[in-house]
Amino acid sequence: MAKTITQEFTKGLWKEIPPFRLVLGLCPVLGVTTTMENGFGMGLATTFVLVCSNVLVSMLRNIIPSKVRIACFIVVIATFVCLVELLMQAYAYQLFITLGVFIPLIVVNCIVLGRAEAFASKNKVIPSLADGLGIGIGFTLSLSALGAVREILGTGHVSIPFGPLVTLLDTSWYPAFEFMVKAPGAFVGLGLMLCLMNLVPQK
Amino acid sequence: MREMIKMILVITILASVSGGLLAAVKQGTAAQIEAQVLKFVQGPALNKMLAGATNDPLNDRFDIDDTDFFVGKMPDGSNIVVFETFGSGYGGPIGVMVGVNIATDKIFAIGVTTHTETPGLGSRAQTDPKFARQFADKNMVQVFKVKADGGDVDALAGATVTSMGVSAAVTRAGELYEKLAPQIKDKARQQTS
Repeated sequence: MAKTITQEFTKGLWKEIPPFRLVLGLCPVLGVTTTMENGFGMGLATTFVLVCSNVLVSMLRNIIPSKVRIACFIVVIATFVCLVELLMQAYAYQLFITLGVFIPLIVVNCIVLGRAEAFASKNKVIPSLADGLGIGIGFTLSLSALGAVREILGTGHVSIPFGPLVTLLDTSWYPAFEFMVKAPGAFVGLGLMLCLMNLVPQK
Repeated sequence: MREMIKMILVITILASVSGGLLAAVKQGTAAQIEAQVLKFVQGPALNKMLAGATNDPLNDRFDIDDTDFFVGKMPDGSNIVVFETFGSGYGGPIGVMVGVNIATDKIFAIGVTTHTETPGLGSRAQTDPKFARQFADKNMVQVFKVKADGGDVDALAGATVTSMGVSAAVTRAGELYEKLAPQIKDKARQQTS
């Protein structure tokens, strides 16, 4: 059953939204979502890699011999990741510092390789582009949402990407739930969001 | 056989194109990255150490053997030369900026730039002014050791390894300074005249 371009795009936003529905790529999801801004930045970097690698893998799908396809995919993905790393270092240095080791780790993010293997290598360029963009935006939204929840509960304020720091909770009369911005808070936050999403009935 | 050649060919071409592209981008962004590192890594430590300088130390810099030296003119007329050395801490290398008064050969101030130390313990090497201050006004060329090693540097509580790393970095700065002092003084004079 062939899907339309719109369907390929929108499936990444809800039905197959990466961290919550597919529960894939959890390492950066748990690691960098201490603030909304970090989550958003990581999401953008991953989206860029995802879209570029999907398009290129799809273009090369008839040339790449199937026996060495994984190696070829990894070369393609690694190239774009290095590109992102260099560009981020040059133009968004502070983000580069906070995201740290998670940027090179996009190479082994199973969402990226998963989309290349499961989708782009079997589909034409335009659907692959839509697929990458949809999954990427879904990933960015998930990371931003989780980052925002953890940041608000953990510190009382939220850093809008490219915007100001907005204070939402007055933490002067109670101690902020500091553990939310630490590692255990990542698991608790992700678990609660998974639970909330599962409350919405699947069609 | 044909299949094997195709596999090798495809992967070779792909890897070569990738390598070439990345080399080009790396070269293209090198200057911009260097400027960013100066601004965000060395800049904050530098500005804190040389607060009140009458010039912009980030601009007044020279390099000897690929090490950047920053010159700060202080209001009292003394010239401070600042440069970065590294020591190994608990979690990896620690970058330490050491400022030396070139007239007296004494340390003016030190500041930690990059580190991967434990937050709240080793990270205080960067934020605790008392720790940094104990290096001030000491002779630049000498071996710094923490008290546990038989020296006289007060280690940060719970962060002995970090303190040893910082001490080692300052010691290394002293060694470098001893070696390059004539050149440093010469170039600093050109910068400030």
